[in-house]
Amino acid sequence: MSLWKEYYFPSTLKQALQLLSESPQPARIIAGGTDLLLDIQQGRQAPVHTLIDVTRIQELNRLEVDGDYLFVGAAVPIHCIADSPLVKFHARALAEGCSMIGGPQVRNVATLGGNVAHALPAADGTIGLVALDALAEIIDAEDSRLVPILDLFQGPGRSSLMLGKDILVGFRIPLRHFGQASSFQRIMRPQGVALPILNMAVWIEREGTTITQTRIAVGPSGPKPQRASTIETFLAGKPWNRETISEAIQLMRQTFSFRTSPYRATAEYRLQVCKQLFVEVFSVAWERAGEEW
Amino acid sequence: MVEGMNFNGQWIDINVNGIDYHLPEIPGEMLSDLLRYRLGLTGTKIGCNEAECGACTVLLNGKAILSCSFPAKRAHGCEIITIEGLASPGEKPDERILHPLQQAFVLYGAVQCGFCIPGQIMAAYGLLVNNNHPTAEDIRYALKDNLCRCGGYTAIIRAILAAAKAIRTGKPVEPPEVPEAVKAHEVVGRIHIRPDGIQKVTGTARYADDLTFDGMLHARVKRAMIPSGIVMDINLSKAEKIPGVVAILTAEDLPGEKNHGLVIQDWPILVGVGERVRTAGDAVAIIAAETREIATRAMNEIEVSYHVLPVVSDPVQARAEDAPRVHEKGNLLKHIKVRKGDINEGFLKADIILEDTFYTPMYEHAFIEPECSVAKPLPDGRMEIYVGSQIPYSDRSQVARALGVPDEQVRVIGMTIGGGFGGKEDIAGQIHAALLAQRTRRPVKLLFDRHESMLVHPKRHATQIKVKVGVRRDGTLMAMQTELYGDTGAYASLGEKVMTRATTHSSGPYEVPSVRADCYAMYTNNPPAGAFRGFGVLQSAFAVESMMDRLAEALGMDPVELRRKNALRVGSVTSTGQVLKDSAGLQECIDKVEAEMRRIGGSDPFSPKMVDGAPHLVRSWGFATAYKNTGLGGGAPDKAGAQVELYPDGTFEVRTASAELGQGLPAVLQMIASQELMQSPQRVRVLLSDTDLTPDGGPTTASRQTYVTGNAVRYAAHALGELIIGFLSEHYDISPERIRFEEGLAVVGDERVTLEKIADLMIREGRSPVTTYTYYAPETRPLGEDGDMHFAYSFAAQAVEVEVNRLTGEVRVIRVITANDVGFAVNPLGLQGQIEGGVMMGIGHALTEAFWVEEGKVVTDRFSKYRIPSIIHTPEIHSFVVEHPTSEGPYGAKGVGEIVIIPTVPAITNAIYHAVGVRVNRLPVDQEWILHEIKKSGVVPDKTIFL
Repeated sequence: MSLWKEYYFPSTLKQALQLLSESPQPARIIAGGTDLLLDIQQGRQAPVHTLIDVTRIQELNRLEVDGDYLFVGAAVPIHCIADSPLVKFHARALAEGCSMIGGPQVRNVATLGGNVAHALPAADGTIGLVALDALAEIIDAEDSRLVPILDLFQGPGRSSLMLGKDILVGFRIPLRHFGQASSFQRIMRPQGVALPILNMAVWIEREGTTITQTRIAVGPSGPKPQRASTIETFLAGKPWNRETISEAIQLMRQTFSFRTSPYRATAEYRLQVCKQLFVEVFSVAWERAGEEW
Repeated sequence: MVEGMNFNGQWIDINVNGIDYHLPEIPGEMLSDLLRYRLGLTGTKIGCNEAECGACTVLLNGKAILSCSFPAKRAHGCEIITIEGLASPGEKPDERILHPLQQAFVLYGAVQCGFCIPGQIMAAYGLLVNNNHPTAEDIRYALKDNLCRCGGYTAIIRAILAAAKAIRTGKPVEPPEVPEAVKAHEVVGRIHIRPDGIQKVTGTARYADDLTFDGMLHARVKRAMIPSGIVMDINLSKAEKIPGVVAILTAEDLPGEKNHGLVIQDWPILVGVGERVRTAGDAVAIIAAETREIATRAMNEIEVSYHVLPVVSDPVQARAEDAPRVHEKGNLLKHIKVRKGDINEGFLKADIILEDTFYTPMYEHAFIEPECSVAKPLPDGRMEIYVGSQIPYSDRSQVARALGVPDEQVRVIGMTIGGGFGGKEDIAGQIHAALLAQRTRRPVKLLFDRHESMLVHPKRHATQIKVKVGVRRDGTLMAMQTELYGDTGAYASLGEKVMTRATTHSSGPYEVPSVRADCYAMYTNNPPAGAFRGFGVLQSAFAVESMMDRLAEALGMDPVELRRKNALRVGSVTSTGQVLKDSAGLQECIDKVEAEMRRIGGSDPFSPKMVDGAPHLVRSWGFATAYKNTGLGGGAPDKAGAQVELYPDGTFEVRTASAELGQGLPAVLQMIASQELMQSPQRVRVLLSDTDLTPDGGPTTASRQTYVTGNAVRYAAHALGELIIGFLSEHYDISPERIRFEEGLAVVGDERVTLEKIADLMIREGRSPVTTYTYYAPETRPLGEDGDMHFAYSFAAQAVEVEVNRLTGEVRVIRVITANDVGFAVNPLGLQGQIEGGVMMGIGHALTEAFWVEEGKVVTDRFSKYRIPSIIHTPEIHSFVVEHPTSEGPYGAKGVGEIVIIPTVPAITNAIYHAVGVRVNRLPVDQEWILHEIKKSGVVPDKTIFL
């Protein structure tokens, strides 16, 4: 009844894929393991036979600009993302979200791949990726593919990654251009489980005082992370002023279907703080988008 | 190779503290287990085993990680540093030079129970490796996940800053600035480093789970996990067949008493077939196996069927006539009454009458060290119990009765305790471990996991408190009527005592001519409730101090002035009819706190103030006072025994079976004995909590140890001094007046005789240089009879500045000013830790903690669901020590352990009202509800205010 029987460190993706298909089942990919191991320890997941640790595969540890996107390897520790000047510049919402995951010890071990694969609707790392319109790079024995980040989520804790088949390699985030910026913030309840009752990431593109484009990601506003497409459409091309923001806020009730969760927050409170968060996060992103560089 | 573990053919190569290891891989093993149980590096602690508390922090390739959830195999090829690896070798072979962080933690009083300290220091070390000039903010960021329930965060920050400075400058760690007692003696009242500090910062202090014996078995407990029902069947057949299972016991196997309990023996040791389950944590079977893993598997394979019964889930429901009965005698544990004056007449004389009802939830002690007992049978038939317990002698008799043997057949040996706060007074695993050891004739360790700890040990009573108060227009309190309901859960524990304290203190630290209080301590199917720092007074103080603020508003009076006007003082008569004869420093506490509050917060501290540039953030101050008895009181005999002995090496040993939970008792007793014998404290060591070697010091509860055991040590040490002088006087034929002590010797006339020589002479002449003293505290009277219900009270006032976010309802504590009348500050450095820690726990109770139970089912059953304050919740704390000596206390001292937490909660909620106009009647503060109330008031700022 030990949590696992065998633990492997493949050093290449090829070895990892081979181990995944050939090891005694159940076999699971493990990166930081900060969620997975607790799930097994506390009985939310059955013990596994084989754990395949992907943190020593070079490809999954890349954090660099590659062509017109920023590549963040799935096994890059969260603290590296939070502290990376590259991420802070191109994907500030991701850096900010990552800086709020767990505590320092967890951030030294946990990975962005794990945060996404765990598929919680309000993971602080995930929400930033959604607003930044990231693509996930996935590999299996036959092929590799690029998947829009939102397509990885099927429901709370349910990822569309094929267990025992897929390996998440990393994320491609479009590079920041002039007039663009992002921001992240969250609200916690002091009591009970330390998960955000609401988190939000905003990406903005501006031209002078006009909002040309925006992406707004909110969690948990449903079983999966969500984009506020109604509001995004509304804001496109609008001038940045108090009326615009007030009107955008008015759209929130129809845009999101917040849930009441016992011991966490009511739907009504989530809507209230969503409005509040939006003003804060959007304002910060707007200011940043106006920076000279 | 570890016995009973399966080697899977793989190897782990790691370097720990500079030493290379080549170890067989054990499937499923976490790094913390490898370090603790295979390498014996038990300085790395397991507090929660769920990556929440940080006690298991080690450095892996220079980075802090949580070793409890880090696969050992994953450390293959890595370098690890644990707390044992921080000190560097000195010049002599076995000399170690402490790392500046270790030195600073000791010097600054950052170490209390010590259980979290290795993790704190390793996290700080991880920070300093990269940044030797951290700010307080950097420290908060780096130590966010290292919980300290003693609440030593402010001292931890100061210690890390000092250590960083020492590292940068290469100079010794600068000592802290802590004020001494106003009337300090040679030793007591001065700054003194606690004697157990070094072991706690080096990882060598031994807590119960750090023990291993040859042939030791591991125990687990099968718990009911339903709150109410009858056990219909227990099927052990599958579990018994598992290889490695050595014994499984059920109620049928009990050799002695069937129940345990501190006052009333109503708590079944094991619930048998046909018997009643009253709470989810009830034990049904106990297992001993070769490994913990096997014991766990067996526990899961035991099949129990129940006839489920209806659940009594709150104390008001429990009192209803048609409520299901939790115990055969009914649900009422005790109706407690306080009567003073004529309550109707009191209200008739009042100009203003206010009434309101307050609700407090259960709270969890959340000591970072979970309960652990190791029972070891001896060849002569005796049983040793190694445990961190607040009442060793009670453990001894409860274990003996359960085993069916005389008390003397059991020896309880106290281990270092990783926090107690009242939660380690009742039996946890002591009896179960002993029963299994008796059966198997092998040592048995029973370690609770965090989940089990949260389910089983008694909590703070949830209460409902109705207050009706009448006041004259000039602010004179005329009448106070309270009605309390206390949820004592399934078993009595100390429920009656706790709720008595809640009731007698429910009219606050004020002189009120007419008082009527009725309390119903009720059984329910919730986890039991018992002792918890503040012992009921925390709950009633929240109610009465909230009402005092409302009264002040109704009267148009300053809330501080109203309190000052009615405050207890020397000559006042308390609600139980006690005339305060001395040591009532409440006025001075109020004055000190008020002056500091006005210095910082201006002349109008209770008005709301918007934060510059952030108009949605509003700050204001709140004020509260409190009092708390020292000692058992209420007519209970309150005594403690102590021994002091001079050893042939010229050192002294103080012995008493009082417990050190982190509060600093060994330092206090060491200082008292040193003072009496005029020696430096280094010459005195303290041995606690061994029922074979140390006399009974009574329970470590009720803020009583400094007073009661302190006096016992004082008189024992004094008597030893007299004994030695008497002996020397005879031996040297010199008058006793011409003999006095100096460091390490006695001056006998013109001769200087070393302590070594004195001990040698006395032993040779058949005079044993040891004295035993049993101190009896002044007699007290039971509730209902006028006179002294308690022999002393401590007093406190606090002011708290909060910041409320008017758009989210979030609340943050910015500053706390606290003044505590402790009689005399015996050990000012330890006192500071108690004061700051009390404030932190109060902040937790107000803002972050709530132990949720739904229909008898515990919702907050893990550390991840019950949040105690972390370093990021730490405010600026300004502390004043007020010293109004109490005549009988040692040097005037009285209790401090509990008073320090009590005013924090109402001071916070009163501050919230002053900031945003919302009255909090229910704990903990719910930010959603605050926002809801702010919106009802219609003064919510536009969300776009800061665009």
